[in-house]
Amino acid sequence: MTSPARGTTRFTPSPGPATKPPFDPVQARTRCWRMRKRILQVSQKVSALHIGGAFSCLEIVDTIYHGVMRRGADGNSPDTFILSKGHGSMAQYAVLEEMGIIPPEEMDLTCQPGGRRATHPDYGLPGIEASTGSLGHGLALAVGMSLADGIQQHDRLVYVVMSDGELEEGSVWEVMMLAPSLGVKNVIAVVDLNDFQSLGRTSKILPNFYPVAEKIRAFGWEAVEVDGHSPQAVHDAIVGRKGGRPLMVVARTIKGKGVSYMENVPMWHYRSPNPQEYQQALDELDRAHRE
Amino acid sequence: MRDTFSRTLYQVAKADPKVCIVVADISPAGSMQQYREEFPERFTNVGVAEQAMIGLCAGMAMRGMKPFAYTIATFAIYRPFEQVRVDLCYQNLPVTVVGIGGGLTYSVLGGTHHAQEDIAVMSALPNMSILAPCDPLETEAAVWACARHPGPMYLRLGKAGEPVLTANAPEPFEFGRARCIKRGAGTCVLSFGLVTKMALELTAKIEREQGGQVAAYSIHTLKPLDREGLSRILAQYDRVIVVEEHSVVGGLGQQLKALAFESGARCRLHAFSLRDEFIHCYGSHDDLLKAHGLHPDLLYAKIFA
Repeated sequence: MTSPARGTTRFTPSPGPATKPPFDPVQARTRCWRMRKRILQVSQKVSALHIGGAFSCLEIVDTIYHGVMRRGADGNSPDTFILSKGHGSMAQYAVLEEMGIIPPEEMDLTCQPGGRRATHPDYGLPGIEASTGSLGHGLALAVGMSLADGIQQHDRLVYVVMSDGELEEGSVWEVMMLAPSLGVKNVIAVVDLNDFQSLGRTSKILPNFYPVAEKIRAFGWEAVEVDGHSPQAVHDAIVGRKGGRPLMVVARTIKGKGVSYMENVPMWHYRSPNPQEYQQALDELDRAHRE
Repeated sequence: MRDTFSRTLYQVAKADPKVCIVVADISPAGSMQQYREEFPERFTNVGVAEQAMIGLCAGMAMRGMKPFAYTIATFAIYRPFEQVRVDLCYQNLPVTVVGIGGGLTYSVLGGTHHAQEDIAVMSALPNMSILAPCDPLETEAAVWACARHPGPMYLRLGKAGEPVLTANAPEPFEFGRARCIKRGAGTCVLSFGLVTKMALELTAKIEREQGGQVAAYSIHTLKPLDREGLSRILAQYDRVIVVEEHSVVGGLGQQLKALAFESGARCRLHAFSLRDEFIHCYGSHDDLLKAHGLHPDLLYAKIFA
Protein backbone atom coordinates (compact mmCIF):
# COMPACT_ATOMS: atom_id res chain seq x y z
CA MET A 1 0.00 0.00 0.00
CA THR A 2 1.43 3.38 -0.90
CA SER A 3 1.80 5.96 1.80
CA PRO A 4 -0.52 8.95 1.71
CA ALA A 5 0.83 11.74 -0.44
CA ARG A 6 -0.49 15.19 -1.14
CA GLY A 7 -2.67 15.21 -4.23
CA THR A 8 -3.08 11.45 -4.42
CA THR A 9 -6.39 10.81 -6.12
CA ARG A 10 -6.68 7.13 -6.86
CA PHE A 11 -10.21 7.35 -8.10
CA THR A 12 -10.31 10.26 -10.52
CA PRO A 13 -7.01 10.77 -12.30
CA SER A 14 -8.08 10.44 -15.93
CA PRO A 15 -9.70 13.31 -17.80
CA GLY A 16 -11.20 12.37 -21.16
CA PRO A 17 -14.21 10.66 -22.61
CA ALA A 18 -15.99 8.61 -20.01
CA THR A 19 -19.48 7.23 -19.66
CA LYS A 20 -22.04 6.94 -16.90
CA PRO A 21 -22.36 3.42 -15.51
CA PRO A 22 -25.66 1.53 -15.72
CA PHE A 23 -27.74 1.98 -12.59
CA ASP A 24 -29.60 -0.81 -10.80
CA PRO A 25 -31.64 0.31 -7.75
CA VAL A 26 -32.07 -3.28 -6.53
CA GLN A 27 -28.33 -3.81 -6.37
CA ALA A 28 -28.01 -0.42 -4.67
CA ARG A 29 -30.39 -1.51 -1.90
CA THR A 30 -28.47 -4.74 -1.42
CA ARG A 31 -25.18 -2.87 -1.21
CA CYS A 32 -26.59 -0.41 1.34
CA TRP A 33 -27.89 -3.29 3.50
CA ARG A 34 -24.44 -4.90 3.38
CA MET A 35 -22.68 -1.60 4.11
CA ARG A 36 -24.90 -0.72 7.09
CA LYS A 37 -23.95 -4.06 8.65
CA ARG A 38 -20.28 -3.46 7.85
CA ILE A 39 -20.35 -0.01 9.45
CA LEU A 40 -21.97 -1.49 12.56
CA GLN A 41 -19.25 -4.15 12.64
CA VAL A 42 -16.52 -1.48 12.57
CA SER A 43 -18.39 0.46 15.27
CA GLN A 44 -17.79 -2.38 17.70
CA LYS A 45 -14.17 -1.26 17.99
CA VAL A 46 -14.72 2.53 17.86
CA SER A 47 -16.66 4.52 20.42
CA ALA A 48 -17.61 7.58 18.35
CA LEU A 49 -18.03 6.40 14.79
CA HIS A 50 -20.86 8.84 13.95
CA ILE A 51 -23.19 6.15 12.62
CA GLY A 52 -26.32 8.31 12.52
CA GLY A 53 -25.04 10.69 9.87
CA ALA A 54 -23.43 7.88 7.89
CA PHE A 55 -26.71 5.96 7.73
CA SER A 56 -28.65 9.05 6.64
CA CYS A 57 -26.41 9.69 3.62
CA LEU A 58 -25.53 6.10 2.66
CA GLU A 59 -27.93 5.78 -0.30
CA ILE A 60 -26.85 9.22 -1.53
CA VAL A 61 -23.13 8.42 -1.42
CA ASP A 62 -23.63 4.96 -2.92
CA THR A 63 -25.79 6.29 -5.76
CA ILE A 64 -23.28 8.98 -6.68
CA TYR A 65 -20.36 6.55 -6.82
CA HIS A 66 -22.16 3.61 -8.40
CA GLY A 67 -24.89 5.30 -10.37
CA VAL A 68 -23.70 8.59 -11.81
CA MET A 69 -19.94 9.16 -11.65
CA ARG A 70 -18.57 8.46 -15.09
CA ARG A 71 -16.00 5.76 -15.74
CA GLY A 72 -13.22 5.92 -18.28
CA ALA A 73 -12.03 2.85 -20.18
CA ASP A 74 -9.59 2.14 -17.38
CA GLY A 75 -12.28 2.31 -14.69
CA ASN A 76 -11.19 5.70 -13.48
CA SER A 77 -13.59 8.60 -13.38
CA PRO A 78 -13.03 12.18 -14.50
CA ASP A 79 -15.52 13.19 -11.81
CA THR A 80 -14.78 14.06 -8.20
CA PHE A 81 -16.59 13.23 -4.99
CA ILE A 82 -16.25 15.43 -1.88
CA LEU A 83 -17.88 14.45 1.39
CA SER A 84 -18.29 17.93 2.82
CA LYS A 85 -20.13 16.48 5.84
CA GLY A 86 -16.94 14.70 6.83
CA HIS A 87 -18.50 13.11 9.91
CA GLY A 88 -20.40 10.82 7.53
CA SER A 89 -17.07 9.29 6.48
CA MET A 90 -18.16 5.73 7.29
CA ALA A 91 -20.63 5.91 4.41
CA GLN A 92 -17.84 6.93 2.05
CA TYR A 93 -15.36 4.38 3.44
CA ALA A 94 -17.93 1.60 3.12
CA VAL A 95 -18.56 2.52 -0.52
CA LEU A 96 -14.82 2.75 -1.20
CA GLU A 97 -14.37 -0.66 0.40
CA GLU A 98 -17.12 -2.14 -1.79
CA MET A 99 -15.29 -0.70 -4.79
CA GLY A 100 -11.97 -2.20 -3.73
CA ILE A 101 -10.33 1.17 -3.05
CA ILE A 102 -10.10 0.58 0.70
CA PRO A 103 -8.88 -2.96 1.54
CA PRO A 104 -10.90 -4.73 4.29
CA GLU A 105 -7.89 -4.88 6.61
CA GLU A 106 -7.55 -1.09 6.37
CA MET A 107 -11.28 -0.66 6.99
CA ASP A 108 -10.94 -2.80 10.11
CA LEU A 109 -8.31 -0.39 11.42
CA THR A 110 -10.54 2.70 11.08
CA CYS A 111 -9.78 4.99 14.03
CA GLN A 112 -7.35 2.38 15.41
CA PRO A 113 -3.62 2.67 16.08
CA GLY A 114 -1.80 1.61 12.93
CA GLY A 115 -4.76 2.57 10.75
CA ARG A 116 -4.94 5.69 8.64
CA ARG A 117 -8.67 6.34 8.30
CA ALA A 118 -10.10 8.74 10.84
CA THR A 119 -13.67 9.74 11.67
CA HIS A 120 -13.13 12.50 9.11
CA PRO A 121 -11.65 11.90 5.65
CA ASP A 122 -8.05 12.95 4.96
CA TYR A 123 -6.98 14.39 1.60
CA GLY A 124 -4.36 12.29 -0.13
CA LEU A 125 -5.60 8.89 1.05
CA PRO A 126 -6.88 6.69 -1.79
CA GLY A 127 -10.39 7.73 -2.73
CA ILE A 128 -10.36 10.92 -0.65
CA GLU A 129 -10.40 14.16 -2.63
CA ALA A 130 -10.57 16.63 0.27
CA SER A 131 -9.93 16.85 4.00
CA THR A 132 -13.25 17.60 5.62
CA GLY A 133 -14.68 17.50 9.11
CA SER A 134 -15.00 21.21 9.67
CA LEU A 135 -18.34 22.04 8.10
CA GLY A 136 -18.74 24.59 5.34
CA HIS A 137 -15.55 23.89 3.38
CA GLY A 138 -16.47 21.36 0.70
CA LEU A 139 -18.66 23.52 -1.50
CA ALA A 140 -15.96 26.16 -1.95
CA LEU A 141 -13.41 23.48 -2.84
CA ALA A 142 -15.83 22.05 -5.39
CA VAL A 143 -16.49 25.43 -6.99
CA GLY A 144 -12.74 26.14 -7.10
CA MET A 145 -12.15 22.79 -8.80
CA SER A 146 -14.87 23.53 -11.29
CA LEU A 147 -13.46 26.97 -12.06
CA ALA A 148 -10.06 25.39 -12.67
CA ASP A 149 -11.67 22.74 -14.89
CA GLY A 150 -13.19 25.57 -16.92
CA ILE A 151 -9.83 27.34 -17.28
CA GLN A 152 -8.10 24.09 -18.22
CA GLN A 153 -11.01 23.04 -20.46
CA HIS A 154 -11.52 19.73 -18.71
CA ASP A 155 -14.91 18.03 -18.80
CA ARG A 156 -15.31 17.07 -15.15
CA LEU A 157 -18.17 17.09 -12.67
CA VAL A 158 -17.76 17.66 -8.96
CA TYR A 159 -20.17 16.00 -6.53
CA VAL A 160 -20.49 17.33 -2.98
CA VAL A 161 -22.49 15.77 -0.16
CA MET A 162 -23.39 18.24 2.58
CA SER A 163 -25.41 18.09 5.77
CA ASP A 164 -28.37 20.31 6.59
CA GLY A 165 -26.65 21.57 9.74
CA GLU A 166 -23.75 22.54 7.49
CA LEU A 167 -26.01 24.95 5.64
CA GLU A 168 -25.89 27.10 8.77
CA GLU A 169 -22.24 27.95 8.08
CA GLY A 170 -21.87 31.41 6.51
CA SER A 171 -19.11 30.15 4.23
CA VAL A 172 -21.67 27.96 2.45
CA TRP A 173 -23.77 30.97 1.52
CA GLU A 174 -20.78 32.93 0.24
CA VAL A 175 -20.30 30.15 -2.26
CA MET A 176 -24.03 29.70 -2.93
CA MET A 177 -24.13 33.35 -3.93
CA LEU A 178 -21.00 33.10 -6.02
CA ALA A 179 -21.14 29.87 -7.95
CA PRO A 180 -23.93 30.72 -10.42
CA SER A 181 -22.61 34.29 -10.75
CA LEU A 182 -19.20 32.93 -11.76
CA GLY A 183 -20.84 30.74 -14.38
CA VAL A 184 -20.04 27.49 -12.58
CA LYS A 185 -22.20 24.70 -14.02
CA ASN A 186 -20.53 21.43 -13.16
CA VAL A 187 -21.05 21.27 -9.41
CA ILE A 188 -23.73 18.92 -8.11
CA ALA A 189 -24.39 19.16 -4.38
CA VAL A 190 -26.66 16.86 -2.41
CA VAL A 191 -27.88 18.02 0.98
CA ASP A 192 -28.51 15.21 3.45
CA LEU A 193 -31.60 16.80 5.04
CA ASN A 194 -31.95 14.56 8.09
CA ASP A 195 -33.33 17.42 10.18
CA PHE A 196 -30.90 16.82 12.99
CA GLN A 197 -27.92 18.67 14.32
CA SER A 198 -26.02 18.08 17.55
CA LEU A 199 -28.49 19.82 19.82
CA GLY A 200 -31.74 18.69 18.26
CA ARG A 201 -34.07 19.05 15.31
CA THR A 202 -32.86 21.60 12.79
CA SER A 203 -36.46 22.55 12.00
CA LYS A 204 -37.01 23.43 15.67
CA ILE A 205 -33.68 25.20 16.20
CA LEU A 206 -34.01 27.30 13.04
CA PRO A 207 -37.63 27.11 11.84
CA ASN A 208 -37.21 30.00 9.42
CA PHE A 209 -34.57 28.05 7.56
CA TYR A 210 -37.39 26.10 5.90
CA PRO A 211 -38.29 25.54 3.14
CA VAL A 212 -34.67 25.05 2.10
CA ALA A 213 -34.98 24.44 -1.64
CA GLU A 214 -36.60 27.79 -2.29
CA LYS A 215 -33.68 29.62 -0.67
CA ILE A 216 -31.22 27.69 -2.78
CA ARG A 217 -33.16 28.56 -5.94
CA ALA A 218 -33.19 32.20 -4.93
CA PHE A 219 -29.38 32.14 -5.13
CA GLY A 220 -29.51 31.00 -8.75
CA TRP A 221 -29.12 27.26 -8.33
CA GLU A 222 -31.29 24.54 -9.75
CA ALA A 223 -32.82 22.75 -6.76
CA VAL A 224 -34.95 19.63 -6.44
CA GLU A 225 -36.28 17.76 -3.41
CA VAL A 226 -36.21 13.96 -3.25
CA ASP A 227 -36.42 11.01 -0.88
CA GLY A 228 -32.77 10.57 0.06
CA HIS A 229 -33.17 6.90 0.90
CA SER A 230 -34.43 6.07 -2.58
CA PRO A 231 -31.39 5.37 -4.78
CA GLN A 232 -33.65 5.68 -7.83
CA ALA A 233 -34.91 9.12 -6.78
CA VAL A 234 -31.42 10.43 -6.06
CA HIS A 235 -30.18 9.02 -9.35
CA ASP A 236 -33.05 10.51 -11.36
CA ALA A 237 -32.68 13.94 -9.73
CA ILE A 238 -29.01 14.12 -10.72
CA VAL A 239 -29.36 12.62 -14.18
CA GLY A 240 -32.42 14.70 -14.92
CA ARG A 241 -30.90 18.04 -14.12
CA LYS A 242 -31.65 20.84 -16.54
CA GLY A 243 -28.06 22.06 -16.52
CA GLY A 244 -26.57 25.43 -17.29
CA ARG A 245 -26.28 26.15 -13.58
CA PRO A 246 -25.13 24.23 -10.51
CA LEU A 247 -27.56 21.73 -9.02
CA MET A 248 -28.45 21.19 -5.38
CA VAL A 249 -30.48 18.13 -4.53
CA VAL A 250 -32.28 18.46 -1.21
CA ALA A 251 -32.54 14.86 -0.07
CA ARG A 252 -34.95 14.16 2.79
CA THR A 253 -33.41 11.49 5.00
CA ILE A 254 -33.68 9.91 8.44
CA LYS A 255 -30.75 10.13 10.78
CA GLY A 256 -29.73 6.60 11.82
CA LYS A 257 -31.88 5.14 9.00
CA GLY A 258 -32.45 1.39 9.22
CA VAL A 259 -32.03 0.80 12.95
CA SER A 260 -35.19 1.54 14.95
CA TYR A 261 -33.59 2.81 18.13
CA MET A 262 -31.14 5.01 16.24
CA GLU A 263 -33.63 6.72 13.96
CA ASN A 264 -34.06 10.38 14.87
CA VAL A 265 -32.32 9.98 18.23
CA PRO A 266 -29.57 12.61 18.55
CA MET A 267 -27.32 10.44 20.76
CA TRP A 268 -26.64 8.22 17.74
CA HIS A 269 -25.02 11.15 15.98
CA TYR A 270 -21.79 9.78 17.39
CA ARG A 271 -22.41 6.83 19.74
CA SER A 272 -21.57 3.23 18.91
CA PRO A 273 -23.92 0.38 19.93
CA ASN A 274 -23.05 -2.08 22.71
CA PRO A 275 -22.95 -5.83 21.81
CA GLN A 276 -26.64 -6.33 22.57
CA GLU A 277 -27.68 -3.25 20.60
CA TYR A 278 -25.36 -4.35 17.81
CA GLN A 279 -27.13 -7.71 17.50
CA GLN A 280 -30.53 -6.06 17.50
CA ALA A 281 -29.42 -3.69 14.75
CA LEU A 282 -28.17 -6.57 12.59
CA ASP A 283 -31.43 -8.45 13.09
CA GLU A 284 -33.49 -5.44 12.12
CA LEU A 285 -31.45 -4.80 9.00
CA ASP A 286 -31.67 -8.45 7.92
CA ARG A 287 -35.40 -8.56 8.54
CA ALA A 288 -35.99 -5.38 6.56
CA HIS A 289 -33.82 -6.65 3.73
CA ARG A 290 -35.72 -9.98 3.50
CA GLU A 291 -38.98 -8.06 3.27
CA MET B 1 4.75 47.12 -3.86
CA ARG B 2 1.19 46.75 -5.16
CA ASP B 3 2.23 47.80 -8.65
CA THR B 4 5.34 45.64 -8.52
CA PHE B 5 3.19 42.74 -7.42
CA SER B 6 0.78 43.04 -10.33
CA ARG B 7 3.52 43.70 -12.88
CA THR B 8 5.37 40.62 -11.67
CA LEU B 9 2.22 38.52 -11.48
CA TYR B 10 1.61 39.36 -15.14
CA GLN B 11 5.09 38.07 -15.99
CA VAL B 12 4.63 34.98 -13.87
CA ALA B 13 1.22 34.24 -15.38
CA LYS B 14 2.68 34.69 -18.85
CA ALA B 15 5.36 32.13 -18.09
CA ASP B 16 3.08 29.67 -16.32
CA PRO B 17 -0.51 29.02 -17.50
CA LYS B 18 -1.33 27.51 -14.10
CA VAL B 19 -0.94 30.80 -12.26
CA CYS B 20 -4.19 32.60 -11.49
CA ILE B 21 -5.52 35.20 -9.03
CA VAL B 22 -8.65 35.35 -6.91
CA VAL B 23 -9.41 38.70 -5.29
CA ALA B 24 -12.03 39.67 -2.73
CA ASP B 25 -13.18 43.02 -4.07
CA ILE B 26 -9.74 44.54 -3.53
CA SER B 27 -7.39 44.67 -6.45
CA PRO B 28 -4.33 46.59 -7.57
CA ALA B 29 -6.70 48.18 -10.07
CA GLY B 30 -4.64 50.11 -12.60
CA SER B 31 -1.63 47.86 -12.69
CA MET B 32 -3.73 44.69 -13.10
CA GLN B 33 -5.15 45.97 -16.38
CA GLN B 34 -2.66 44.18 -18.61
CA TYR B 35 -3.11 40.92 -16.70
CA ARG B 36 -6.89 41.13 -16.88
CA GLU B 37 -6.84 41.89 -20.60
CA GLU B 38 -4.59 38.98 -21.46
CA PHE B 39 -5.76 36.40 -18.93
CA PRO B 40 -9.40 37.26 -18.16
CA GLU B 41 -10.25 33.65 -17.33
CA ARG B 42 -7.47 33.58 -14.74
CA PHE B 43 -8.81 36.59 -12.80
CA THR B 44 -11.69 35.94 -10.41
CA ASN B 45 -13.37 38.46 -8.13
CA VAL B 46 -15.47 36.71 -5.51
CA GLY B 47 -16.76 39.94 -4.00
CA VAL B 48 -16.51 40.61 -0.29
CA ALA B 49 -16.30 36.91 0.55
CA GLU B 50 -12.89 36.01 1.91
CA GLN B 51 -13.80 32.50 3.08
CA ALA B 52 -14.89 31.73 -0.46
CA MET B 53 -11.70 33.33 -1.81
CA ILE B 54 -9.48 30.92 0.12
CA GLY B 55 -11.72 27.89 -0.44
CA LEU B 56 -11.88 28.50 -4.18
CA CYS B 57 -8.10 28.90 -4.35
CA ALA B 58 -7.71 25.57 -2.54
CA GLY B 59 -10.04 23.84 -5.00
CA MET B 60 -8.15 25.35 -7.94
CA ALA B 61 -4.83 24.21 -6.45
CA MET B 62 -6.28 20.70 -6.07
CA ARG B 63 -6.71 20.79 -9.85
CA GLY B 64 -3.05 21.64 -10.38
CA MET B 65 -3.28 25.43 -10.57
CA LYS B 66 -1.14 27.92 -8.62
CA PRO B 67 -3.56 30.49 -7.27
CA PHE B 68 -2.81 33.79 -5.59
CA ALA B 69 -5.49 35.03 -3.18
CA TYR B 70 -5.37 38.80 -2.81
CA THR B 71 -6.86 41.33 -0.45
CA ILE B 72 -6.00 43.53 2.55
CA ALA B 73 -3.86 41.51 4.97
CA THR B 74 -6.31 41.43 7.88
CA PHE B 75 -9.12 40.17 5.65
CA ALA B 76 -6.86 37.78 3.77
CA ILE B 77 -5.84 35.75 6.82
CA TYR B 78 -7.96 36.61 9.86
CA ARG B 79 -11.48 36.47 8.44
CA PRO B 80 -10.92 33.14 6.64
CA PHE B 81 -8.44 31.80 9.19
CA GLU B 82 -9.92 28.33 9.32
CA GLN B 83 -9.95 28.08 5.52
CA VAL B 84 -6.26 29.04 5.56
CA ARG B 85 -5.58 26.44 8.23
CA VAL B 86 -7.65 23.52 6.93
CA ASP B 87 -7.98 24.08 3.18
CA LEU B 88 -4.46 25.37 2.56
CA CYS B 89 -2.20 24.20 5.39
CA TYR B 90 -3.73 20.87 6.40
CA GLN B 91 -3.99 19.86 2.75
CA ASN B 92 -0.63 21.51 2.03
CA LEU B 93 -1.68 23.22 -1.20
CA PRO B 94 0.39 25.65 -3.30
CA VAL B 95 -1.68 28.79 -2.71
CA THR B 96 -0.14 32.19 -2.01
CA VAL B 97 -2.22 34.43 0.24
CA VAL B 98 -1.22 38.01 -0.52
CA GLY B 99 -1.85 40.42 2.33
CA ILE B 100 -1.70 44.04 1.27
CA GLY B 101 -1.01 46.60 3.97
CA GLY B 102 0.90 44.35 6.35
CA GLY B 103 1.74 45.85 9.73
CA LEU B 104 0.42 49.38 10.30
CA THR B 105 0.54 50.41 6.63
CA TYR B 106 -3.14 51.37 6.63
CA SER B 107 -2.43 53.82 9.42
CA VAL B 108 -5.50 56.06 9.36
CA LEU B 109 -7.89 53.19 8.64
CA GLY B 110 -7.46 52.09 12.22
CA GLY B 111 -7.05 48.87 14.10
CA THR B 112 -9.48 46.87 11.94
CA HIS B 113 -7.00 47.28 9.08
CA HIS B 114 -3.74 46.77 10.96
CA ALA B 115 -2.07 43.35 10.60
CA GLN B 116 0.33 43.62 13.51
CA GLU B 117 0.29 39.98 14.66
CA ASP B 118 0.05 38.29 11.23
CA ILE B 119 3.52 36.73 11.29
CA ALA B 120 2.87 35.11 14.69
CA VAL B 121 -0.50 33.77 13.63
CA MET B 122 0.70 32.42 10.28
CA SER B 123 3.93 31.06 11.79
CA ALA B 124 1.91 28.83 14.09
CA LEU B 125 0.39 26.96 11.14
CA PRO B 126 2.18 23.78 10.01
CA ASN B 127 3.19 23.81 6.32
CA MET B 128 2.77 27.59 6.04
CA SER B 129 5.68 29.67 4.72
CA ILE B 130 5.94 33.44 5.09
CA LEU B 131 7.61 36.07 2.94
CA ALA B 132 7.80 39.77 3.78
CA PRO B 133 9.95 41.58 1.19
CA CYS B 134 11.39 44.95 2.15
CA ASP B 135 11.17 46.85 -1.13
CA PRO B 136 9.86 46.61 -4.71
CA LEU B 137 12.92 44.67 -5.90
CA GLU B 138 12.50 42.01 -3.22
CA THR B 139 8.76 41.97 -3.95
CA GLU B 140 9.47 41.01 -7.54
CA ALA B 141 11.77 38.18 -6.45
CA ALA B 142 9.27 37.10 -3.79
CA VAL B 143 6.38 36.79 -6.24
CA TRP B 144 8.48 34.50 -8.44
CA ALA B 145 9.43 32.49 -5.35
CA CYS B 146 5.74 32.14 -4.42
CA ALA B 147 4.84 30.83 -7.87
CA ARG B 148 7.55 28.18 -7.56
CA HIS B 149 6.70 27.22 -3.99
CA PRO B 150 5.06 23.80 -3.52
CA GLY B 151 2.97 24.66 -0.43
CA PRO B 152 0.95 27.47 1.14
CA MET B 153 2.56 30.88 1.45
CA TYR B 154 1.64 34.12 3.15
CA LEU B 155 3.09 37.07 1.23
CA ARG B 156 3.06 40.19 3.38
CA LEU B 157 3.26 43.34 1.30
CA GLY B 158 3.02 47.07 1.96
CA LYS B 159 0.97 49.44 -0.13
CA ALA B 160 2.42 51.82 -2.68
CA GLY B 161 5.38 54.12 -3.16
CA GLU B 162 7.96 52.18 -1.13
CA PRO B 163 11.58 53.19 -1.91
CA VAL B 164 14.10 50.78 -3.41
CA LEU B 165 16.50 49.66 -0.66
CA THR B 166 18.30 46.70 -2.12
CA ALA B 167 19.64 47.92 -5.49
CA ASN B 168 23.21 47.58 -4.22
CA ALA B 169 22.70 44.68 -1.82
CA PRO B 170 25.80 42.47 -1.66
CA GLU B 171 23.72 39.28 -1.60
CA PRO B 172 20.89 38.14 -3.88
CA PHE B 173 17.36 37.30 -2.71
CA GLU B 174 17.01 33.62 -1.95
CA PHE B 175 13.89 32.10 -0.38
CA GLY B 176 14.64 30.87 3.13
CA ARG B 177 17.92 32.78 3.48
CA ALA B 178 18.70 35.80 5.64
CA ARG B 179 19.96 38.37 3.16
CA CYS B 180 22.75 40.85 3.81
CA ILE B 181 21.68 44.11 2.17
CA LYS B 182 24.51 46.26 3.60
CA ARG B 183 27.93 45.17 4.77
CA GLY B 184 29.34 46.17 8.15
CA ALA B 185 31.13 44.90 11.22
CA GLY B 186 30.52 44.82 14.96
CA THR B 187 26.87 45.83 14.83
CA CYS B 188 24.07 44.67 12.56
CA VAL B 189 20.37 45.47 12.20
CA LEU B 190 17.83 42.82 11.18
CA SER B 191 14.48 43.70 9.76
CA PHE B 192 11.79 42.69 7.26
CA GLY B 193 9.10 44.40 5.26
CA LEU B 194 8.57 48.15 5.05
CA VAL B 195 10.21 49.07 8.33
CA THR B 196 13.55 47.97 6.84
CA LYS B 197 13.72 51.57 5.61
CA MET B 198 13.82 52.68 9.26
CA ALA B 199 16.37 49.99 10.06
CA LEU B 200 18.65 51.48 7.41
CA GLU B 201 18.12 54.98 8.84
CA LEU B 202 19.14 53.56 12.19
CA THR B 203 22.35 52.09 10.71
CA ALA B 204 23.16 55.50 9.24
CA LYS B 205 22.58 57.20 12.59
CA ILE B 206 24.74 54.71 14.44
CA GLU B 207 27.51 55.18 11.87
CA ARG B 208 27.26 58.97 12.21
CA GLU B 209 27.32 58.93 15.99
CA GLN B 210 29.55 55.95 16.73
CA GLY B 211 31.63 55.57 13.58
CA GLY B 212 32.29 52.28 11.77
CA GLN B 213 30.09 50.40 9.33
CA VAL B 214 26.84 48.86 10.54
CA ALA B 215 25.52 45.83 8.63
CA ALA B 216 21.87 45.34 7.67
CA TYR B 217 19.94 42.20 6.81
CA SER B 218 16.56 41.63 5.25
CA ILE B 219 14.96 38.63 6.96
CA HIS B 220 12.39 38.39 4.18
CA THR B 221 11.60 34.75 4.89
CA LEU B 222 9.94 34.60 8.32
CA LYS B 223 9.07 30.94 7.93
CA PRO B 224 10.99 28.76 7.55
CA LEU B 225 13.35 30.99 9.48
CA ASP B 226 16.97 30.75 8.37
CA ARG B 227 18.14 29.36 11.71
CA GLU B 228 21.60 28.55 10.39
CA GLY B 229 22.16 31.98 8.87
CA LEU B 230 20.77 33.73 11.94
CA SER B 231 22.94 31.65 14.28
CA ARG B 232 25.95 32.73 12.23
CA ILE B 233 24.87 36.36 12.51
CA LEU B 234 24.45 35.99 16.28
CA ALA B 235 27.98 34.59 16.49
CA GLN B 236 29.53 37.05 14.08
CA TYR B 237 28.39 40.41 15.49
CA ASP B 238 28.85 41.91 18.96
CA ARG B 239 25.57 43.73 18.80
CA VAL B 240 22.47 42.53 16.98
CA ILE B 241 19.43 44.80 16.68
CA VAL B 242 15.99 43.71 15.48
CA VAL B 243 13.56 46.31 14.16
CA GLU B 244 10.21 44.80 13.27
CA GLU B 245 6.79 46.11 12.41
CA HIS B 246 5.09 43.28 14.23
CA SER B 247 3.83 42.50 17.69
CA VAL B 248 6.39 41.62 20.32
CA VAL B 249 4.51 38.31 20.58
CA GLY B 250 5.73 35.69 18.14
CA GLY B 251 7.66 37.91 15.77
CA LEU B 252 11.27 37.90 14.64
CA GLY B 253 12.53 39.42 17.90
CA GLN B 254 11.10 36.70 20.10
CA GLN B 255 12.20 33.94 17.78
CA LEU B 256 15.70 35.38 17.55
CA LYS B 257 15.97 35.54 21.34
CA ALA B 258 15.05 31.86 21.56
CA LEU B 259 17.60 31.06 18.87
CA ALA B 260 20.27 33.11 20.68
CA PHE B 261 19.67 31.11 23.84
CA GLU B 262 19.73 27.79 22.01
CA SER B 263 22.91 28.67 20.09
CA GLY B 264 24.68 30.08 23.16
CA ALA B 265 25.11 33.48 21.55
CA ARG B 266 27.24 36.01 23.43
CA CYS B 267 26.25 39.17 21.54
CA ARG B 268 24.10 41.98 22.89
CA LEU B 269 20.62 41.59 21.46
CA HIS B 270 18.11 44.43 21.20
CA ALA B 271 14.66 43.67 19.82
CA PHE B 272 12.23 46.46 18.95
CA SER B 273 8.72 45.41 18.05
CA LEU B 274 5.19 46.77 18.09
CA ARG B 275 3.56 46.76 21.49
CA ASP B 276 1.04 44.03 22.27
CA GLU B 277 -1.75 46.60 22.16
CA PHE B 278 -4.39 48.19 19.95
CA ILE B 279 -3.17 51.73 20.34
CA HIS B 280 -6.11 53.78 18.96
CA CYS B 281 -3.79 56.48 17.70
CA TYR B 282 -3.94 58.01 14.24
CA GLY B 283 -1.75 59.84 11.80
CA SER B 284 0.75 58.73 9.18
CA HIS B 285 2.34 55.29 9.05
CA ASP B 286 5.47 56.82 10.65
CA ASP B 287 3.35 58.47 13.37
CA LEU B 288 1.91 55.09 14.34
CA LEU B 289 5.30 53.40 14.34
CA LYS B 290 6.58 56.18 16.59
CA ALA B 291 3.62 55.71 18.93
CA HIS B 292 4.77 52.10 19.24
CA GLY B 293 8.28 53.34 20.02
CA LEU B 294 9.72 52.74 16.57
CA HIS B 295 11.68 55.80 15.39
CA PRO B 296 15.42 55.95 14.62
CA ASP B 297 16.08 58.52 17.38
CA LEU B 298 14.08 56.59 19.99
CA LEU B 299 15.77 53.32 19.06
CA TYR B 300 19.23 54.89 19.10
CA ALA B 301 18.60 56.36 22.55
CA LYS B 302 17.50 52.98 23.91
CA ILE B 303 20.43 51.09 22.39
CA PHE B 304 23.06 53.52 23.65
CA ALA B 305 21.39 54.54 26.90
